[in-house]
Amino acid sequence: MASHGIEIKDLYKVFGPNGAKCVEMVKNGMSKAELNEKHGHVLGLKDINISMPAGQIQVVMGLSGSGKSTLIRHINRLIDPTAGAVLYEDVDVCQMSKAELLEFRRHKTAMVFQKFALLPHRTVMHNTVYGLEIQGVDKAEAKKRAQRWIERVGLDGFEDHYPNQLSGGMQQRVGLARALTNDADILLMDEAFSALDPLIRTDMQSVLLDIQQELKKTIVFITHDLDEALRLGDRIAILRDGEVIQQGTGQEIVLNPADGYIADFIKEVNRGRVISVATIMSDTPLEEATKVEVHPDDRLETAAHAMAEQEETRANVRDKSGNLVGSLLLKDTISAMVTAATH
Amino acid sequence: MSRTDLRDFKRGFDDAFRGFTREYGESIENFFNPLLQFLVWFEKLLISTPWPLMIIIISVLVWAGSRSWVLVVGTVFSLLFIGYLGMWEDTMYTLALVSVATLVCIIIGIPFGILMSKSDRTQAVVTPVLDIMQTIPSFVYLIPILLLLGIGKVPGLIAVCIYAIPPIVRLTNLGIRLVDKDVLEAADAFGASPRQKLWTVQMPLALPNIFAGVNQTIMMALAMVVVAALIGVRGLGMEVLRAVNNQYITLGFMNGMAIVAIAIVFDRVSQKFGKRLQKHTEVIHG
Repeated sequence: MASHGIEIKDLYKVFGPNGAKCVEMVKNGMSKAELNEKHGHVLGLKDINISMPAGQIQVVMGLSGSGKSTLIRHINRLIDPTAGAVLYEDVDVCQMSKAELLEFRRHKTAMVFQKFALLPHRTVMHNTVYGLEIQGVDKAEAKKRAQRWIERVGLDGFEDHYPNQLSGGMQQRVGLARALTNDADILLMDEAFSALDPLIRTDMQSVLLDIQQELKKTIVFITHDLDEALRLGDRIAILRDGEVIQQGTGQEIVLNPADGYIADFIKEVNRGRVISVATIMSDTPLEEATKVEVHPDDRLETAAHAMAEQEETRANVRDKSGNLVGSLLLKDTISAMVTAATH
Repeated sequence: MSRTDLRDFKRGFDDAFRGFTREYGESIENFFNPLLQFLVWFEKLLISTPWPLMIIIISVLVWAGSRSWVLVVGTVFSLLFIGYLGMWEDTMYTLALVSVATLVCIIIGIPFGILMSKSDRTQAVVTPVLDIMQTIPSFVYLIPILLLLGIGKVPGLIAVCIYAIPPIVRLTNLGIRLVDKDVLEAADAFGASPRQKLWTVQMPLALPNIFAGVNQTIMMALAMVVVAALIGVRGLGMEVLRAVNNQYITLGFMNGMAIVAIAIVFDRVSQKFGKRLQKHTEVIHG
């Protein structure tokens, strides 16, 4: 199944009874604080334009109150926008009729929630088939499909347990299985792993990346955790006070923070895991022999590890088609990992 | 209003109501006829069933509802005692009335509770009506019911239902409104229609509250048994009333205790059943 991208265009959300009027004021330059003070309306989202790539993971990152949860709820229209459009397959989700919207939610999207939002009166199996049940899929068929995903997320043997018999991590596996069983193109994940312990969170991230390699769904992942954003995101958009302040790949953001706010954010980031070899390598392959060869898309950490292992101080860079495309020095690698890289 | 105006107003209203009764009394009676037939049939069924069989049936129901041997044994002893003291037939009349009244309350009350939960406006209108139904002295609405339908089983049943229906309506409404918003949002996200949401999320999660409502309704129906006797409903209430009129202390206590026994059995069984419906809340991860 080919996935499609999601286009968010000029999206505004103002909470309050007179939202539409307030959008005009915001467009004319009124600030969030002023709007709240003078008109009692809360600016949720302002002029959001994001092009979410098909079959990849788009991360939306921001602190609490930045509007990220509001934004993800516009994609399946759990929240109606005040102005703007959300396009999927050239159809504006915001213009759909009630019936069309139900169909869209049933067949095109699936969602995973921060607080799991499982049905407490249903077992793991009956939670997992929920989406298919709503679609009206035959029970036996639904169970068969659900079983596959229950096993895939590592919950086989727990089919007949109730959610409150499971730990948080396992409950979210149910949430993930429930969403995946829907077999929708779009997977919406609203701070899906934020409520989990750090170790379990990393574990779930691996499960997600692993599954994504196989499925290539269009995933929108909301998080407040930069490490999580950098690990999962093919593209990242950073939100503050309802505005996108920077978007790009993780590397772009780490190398060129748009402002002091983001620079502060990325200070603690492990650069070795974000910056790729291609960014700092020289274009000329080595003349003398070296035992180490790395790939341009490898992260610096991997390259440094490979060189250290072989007790080499330099490496050749060879691309997918097998051509030597450049070289890398250990000292450059290390300095890019520990200081702000310049290029 | 002056005294004469007031008197004319009251008399005018009463006359108008009597006129309405003469005009429509029969069709209203016909309307309730199926209910009467059902109640009579149910009473006959309970009374004509041989008592040992009846005790077995009730015990099985108690076991099915509560899964408690203690309760089954207690029920059997109470019933034997009731029979031994010659109150079997009256108990069956009361049992029939309370069962049918509860059934009517559930059939009308739950849909009403659902409607109420769907809109704040409906809730704002219905809540004061329920308050009135619960607090107004029952004799006050006995008068128009008597005028309309005369003395008998149906007016008694209606009086019982008016008094007993509010808790089930209230608790159905409350139960649905208390359902976790996060879970409802999840149902929305998966494209559940309002009807699907009601049956897959709201009703199942409201069930414990709805059951508390059923329990309260049963208790209130039992409390109305004596008042219903005033307008001619046979059963334990009638005997209590006879005891009051003749100052028979023992008769009053015996029949009163029989009502208490039925009440305790109904209460414990419905509570235990309600608890068993929440199997999922029993085991909690440590």
